[in-house]
Amino acid sequence: MQWPPPWRRSPLLSASPPPGPAKEFLRPGRVSEAARLYSHYVTPAEGAREGRWQTRPSLRLASPTNAPQQPPLANVCQQNYGAPQDPVEPAGLRSASHVTGSSLGKAEVSCGSRRRWAELVPESSWSPAVGASKMKVKMLSRNPDNYVRETKLDLQRVPRNYDPTLHPFEVPREYVRALNATKLERVFAKPFLASLDGHRDGVNCLAKHPKNLATVLSGACDGEVRIWNLTQRNCIRTVQAHEGFVRGICTRFCGTSFFTVGDDKTVKQWKMDGPGYGEEEEPLHTILGKTVYTGIDHHWKEAVFATCGQQVDIWDEQRTNPICSMTWGFDSISSVKFNPVETFLLGSCASDRNIVLYDMRQATPLKKVILDMRTNTICWNPMEAFIFTAANEDYNLYTFDMRALDTPVMVHMDHVSAVLDVDYCPTGKEFVSASFDKSIRIFPVDKSRSREVYHTKRMQHVICVKWTSDSKYIMCGSDEMNIRLWKANASEKLGVLTSREKAAKDYNQKLKEKFQHYPHIKRIARHRHLPKSIYSQIQEQRIMKEARRRKEVNRIKHSKPGSVPIVSEKKKHIVAVVK
Amino acid sequence: MNVNRVAESLLALSQQEELVDLPKNCPLSENEDEGDSDGERKHQKLLEAISSLDGKNRWKLAERSEASLKVSEFNVSSEGSGEKLVLADLLEPVKTSSSLATVKRQLNRVKSKKVVELPLNKEKIEQIHREVAFGKTSRVLSKWDPIVLKNQQAEQLAFPLGKEQPAIAPIEHALSGWKARTPLEQEIFNLLHKNKRPVTDPLLTPMEKASLRAMSLEEAKMHRAELQRARALQSYYEAKARREKKIKSKKYHKVVKKGKARKASKELEQLQKVNPTVALEELEKFENARMMERMSLKHQNSGKWAKSKAIMAKYDLEARQAMQEQLAKNKELTQKLQVASEIEEEKGCTEEVEELLVPHVVNEVQMNVDGPNPWMLRNCTSDIREAATQEDPEQLPEPATHEVSESEGEERPVAEEEILLRDFEERRSLRKRSELNQDAEPAGIQERKDSSSQEVLSELRALSQKLKENHQSRKQKASSEGTVPQVQREEPAPEEEAPLLLQRPERVQTLEELEELGKEDCFQNKELPRPVLEGQQSERTPNNRPDAPKEKKEKEQLIDLQNLLTTQSPSVRSLAVPTTIEELEEDEERDQRQMIKEAFAGDDVIRNFLKEKREAVEASKPKDVDLTLPGWGEWGGVGLKPSTKKRRQFLKAPEGPPRKDKNLPNVIISEKRNIHAAAHQVQVLPYPFTHHRQFERTIQTPVGSTWNTQRAFQKLTTPKVVTKPGHIIKPIKAEDVGHQSSSRSDLSVIQWNPKRITTRHNKELKKNSVG
Repeated sequence: MQWPPPWRRSPLLSASPPPGPAKEFLRPGRVSEAARLYSHYVTPAEGAREGRWQTRPSLRLASPTNAPQQPPLANVCQQNYGAPQDPVEPAGLRSASHVTGSSLGKAEVSCGSRRRWAELVPESSWSPAVGASKMKVKMLSRNPDNYVRETKLDLQRVPRNYDPTLHPFEVPREYVRALNATKLERVFAKPFLASLDGHRDGVNCLAKHPKNLATVLSGACDGEVRIWNLTQRNCIRTVQAHEGFVRGICTRFCGTSFFTVGDDKTVKQWKMDGPGYGEEEEPLHTILGKTVYTGIDHHWKEAVFATCGQQVDIWDEQRTNPICSMTWGFDSISSVKFNPVETFLLGSCASDRNIVLYDMRQATPLKKVILDMRTNTICWNPMEAFIFTAANEDYNLYTFDMRALDTPVMVHMDHVSAVLDVDYCPTGKEFVSASFDKSIRIFPVDKSRSREVYHTKRMQHVICVKWTSDSKYIMCGSDEMNIRLWKANASEKLGVLTSREKAAKDYNQKLKEKFQHYPHIKRIARHRHLPKSIYSQIQEQRIMKEARRRKEVNRIKHSKPGSVPIVSEKKKHIVAVVK
Repeated sequence: MNVNRVAESLLALSQQEELVDLPKNCPLSENEDEGDSDGERKHQKLLEAISSLDGKNRWKLAERSEASLKVSEFNVSSEGSGEKLVLADLLEPVKTSSSLATVKRQLNRVKSKKVVELPLNKEKIEQIHREVAFGKTSRVLSKWDPIVLKNQQAEQLAFPLGKEQPAIAPIEHALSGWKARTPLEQEIFNLLHKNKRPVTDPLLTPMEKASLRAMSLEEAKMHRAELQRARALQSYYEAKARREKKIKSKKYHKVVKKGKARKASKELEQLQKVNPTVALEELEKFENARMMERMSLKHQNSGKWAKSKAIMAKYDLEARQAMQEQLAKNKELTQKLQVASEIEEEKGCTEEVEELLVPHVVNEVQMNVDGPNPWMLRNCTSDIREAATQEDPEQLPEPATHEVSESEGEERPVAEEEILLRDFEERRSLRKRSELNQDAEPAGIQERKDSSSQEVLSELRALSQKLKENHQSRKQKASSEGTVPQVQREEPAPEEEAPLLLQRPERVQTLEELEELGKEDCFQNKELPRPVLEGQQSERTPNNRPDAPKEKKEKEQLIDLQNLLTTQSPSVRSLAVPTTIEELEEDEERDQRQMIKEAFAGDDVIRNFLKEKREAVEASKPKDVDLTLPGWGEWGGVGLKPSTKKRRQFLKAPEGPPRKDKNLPNVIISEKRNIHAAAHQVQVLPYPFTHHRQFERTIQTPVGSTWNTQRAFQKLTTPKVVTKPGHIIKPIKAEDVGHQSSSRSDLSVIQWNPKRITTRHNKELKKNSVG
């Protein structure tokens, strides 16, 4: 048997999308006689085909369109085809392809410029109930449940085809995206946010407020302490705290008061809030010491603070004498820091090139490591209790595991002059270092090279640096009396991000990470502009280092094998560990 | 003042009185009588005098009598005597005075004790302290190791770390202060009460609780495992059944059906033994079926189909087979069922007959049959056998005899069935393999040949086995088996055999036979099984059968016994031998060609090289790329072709850099490395990767939402560190990660610490003591 039958091969005509079930349109010519009985039911389109349209225009007026003509036509169809009676396709029989509206089970029956949508459903995919008919041509019917949202808040369903053949060249395309993302990152890298000016001498120390992100305290070389509001970027309070330098400043863990030490051999405790109207600006307590205190740090949980000078003193806030003081050798200790995680631990660095660790509970020093050059300050990792980083005079930073001091975990080198201060990001993944070379650098904890360098023309030797507690900003105080505020991620967009922005940011970040080893991308990502002094010094030091390395290699080459030990870079800078 | 004086004097007086009252032997302390020492001393002396008068050994106050310049109450000095003081000297006077016994004892004890070692110097002590403290601290710190590691390896870290769990009040708390007021609420509560739903505290109904209690966790697990197993088994069986149902082969189903019938008959036998009445009923059923069959004449050749087949049978092998099968079926169905005992009797008879007829050797063979089935062997290791048969045809007769003996399948019907099934499997697998191997031409061909011949073989085999199910055949076979020893004795020479095998293709032989069979069928329909069987027999043992039909005389000339037996795995032999010969020929040819080549080697090397170079240059040239966009800048539509001008304009290949070997006629420098692309390629394997493939894989998996679903995209692009803007990130705390932080504060520990007096204080103390 031939399919389709000859009468059905004639083009199906309809100007508009079909309004009713399929049979209506598949009326064979053979039954035109029968159909003529119901000719007033014929649709305009069919009328046109049969050429009756023009001749009997009155029919159009008489003919109702869709619904009433179904029963007789259905009968007609049945008579010829044995097609199913039910005009509407039962919902359960609709296959998935129909539902999603994809073009799988659909064929476009077109003739000339007019076209109609119909579905050619082979028998196999049809239910057995259909029975006799070999092939059924039926209209596309859509269930609004499948594409209409229930509420306005629902997401629109967007059909996507993830067939990989439709989306070729994924690697090159992603590569280009990564390249663009990297370039854009460099384009938008504008880290400098604000400069807080007001000090009349170099800023010597900085402190964060433990409870308030917007408040920052700074001590200058003229003994002045200023409290700043970062959101307004102004100074909210000025205190003449000491005569001479303010050597150290720290806030109490609750944020109600802060301590300063100065060259006038005093330790002073101040209220965080300013004095009331008419009150004198006075410290809460003043402790007069015998020697100069060079640093101070407050315990993270208790009313205890530690000062350093000739020895490390641990003070109860309520007493005027230290409850404990610890020394190991006689030298001036430049800084002392409490461990933020295991709070009974302290680290200090002295000018005799050593770093000493103390245990406050057992009132004893624990261990001492002697480096090549003096360590200026140390900072504990806030997420890893036993890790600390030391800022050294030999341009390097050393990250130590305090249980194994003989080898640093990582040597961070990029600075071209002495590193003066270091502070950890609160997430413990990065730290920032301030250097005498008029720049600050951000290092990942596990990388030996910095990922970022910040400098401005007017920024002189950076003496102190702090990473804010929300991990977004960096502050640095420098010689030329300014405190500068930087973004921790140079190209980060500040403020609230929409979800799409966030997704794009994450995607770009991921792409940059994925393609970071590609030479083009690496070059662009690493490119930084540096002031000439730093740039030339870097070149110079590279030459020096290379020469040293060459000499070392030569020495090894020309001496008896094994007689010249090969010392790793990590071990090179450690002189000794004293128990 | 006066009053004071009076009081003092009174006090002194009372003291004196007290002294008097004191017991006499009690020594008096000096400090009490400072006021009037003179009187006191006199009084003492008086007391002594009195005591000495007594004459008894009384305790005396010892008096010092050393002549020492410096007398100290703290130490003994021997400066005056000029000699060293020894403990023994001191002890000497003690011996005499028994009153010093206690001192003596003490001194002895001191003597027996060891000397205390000198204390370590301070630095050493401090160092030890430090070391101990350090060890303790490192131990405390090492509890952070797993946490640090976890955080380092975490896919994502969300800061701030310590999440405040929103305290969710249990529903009971919310309910406790609430009562049903509106009628609807009351109704609901009524319903809840009616159904014994707990309204407040215990959120489980008594039923639920009981059920919870009823099954422990392990029990539940076991139960679940059992269920899972059952489900799995069911699914396996279902799958198997479906698979079997799908098999279209009629033969297979026939075999299965036969197996079932056999099983049923066995069961019937058993039933007879156990429950004869039921068995009788069953038998009746069989009888009924037989009667129906006889009535209907369904399977006889009177039907329309059968007639048409009869006509076709002349020309068509399959039709013939179908007819035969139908008749066999008819026979089977119309056969009267024998009672089991009768069958057994018969069997016994036949066995006896067999024993009579069969010589001794056959028994041995039969014993062998119990061993590895040669067909099975062949199935498993057909390839190996192929090789083996090529190598030593001497081994062939034995398996052949196996087969002969095996063909009395009645005794081991199950095995036979298995063989058939296996055959099917084999055939199917072969077909598949051959389909797969069509690329590899020679192998594929061989396989196909193999499979086709095997198909024929298996068909034949099936036919024979079906026929042999009749009882009559057995006796004849017994006679045929008589020939076996002969076969074994006559070791055929392999050289003779091979050509014979080559001459006689397997298929033709069988076809001929079958044709003859068909002829017979046409002549005498009713006796159909018989001639077929005869034919089969004749094939098996053409020489030795006395009642072999005469039509096969001419064939017998061809088929002699040895050949037949050696070709029990005929497909193998007949195929393998010629191919090897062909290979040999090929080898020879190749050798010859090689020789020719060698002889004319170096003939055209230069031109070859030039050609090669030209090819290389051509290959390295960039290919033209059609960049024309039809419809761009001109009329568009289906079937339009872009103009030649445009094509010329856009059909361009970029001009590559000049080749390095352009001016070197004798050199080809490969320039496959594209320097333009190299700028975008990673030169060295980056650090964390150990193999370039690893790295490539990471690059090749796309991250973007173009290639991934939304969920996957989000998962792939999660940032490593997430921070909340405007939130203070506090340092990690022991409580955050589930550790117990020390309950005592650091401060209190310091204040409790006995070593609170620090080194500095010590120093100051020391200074004081020195000064």
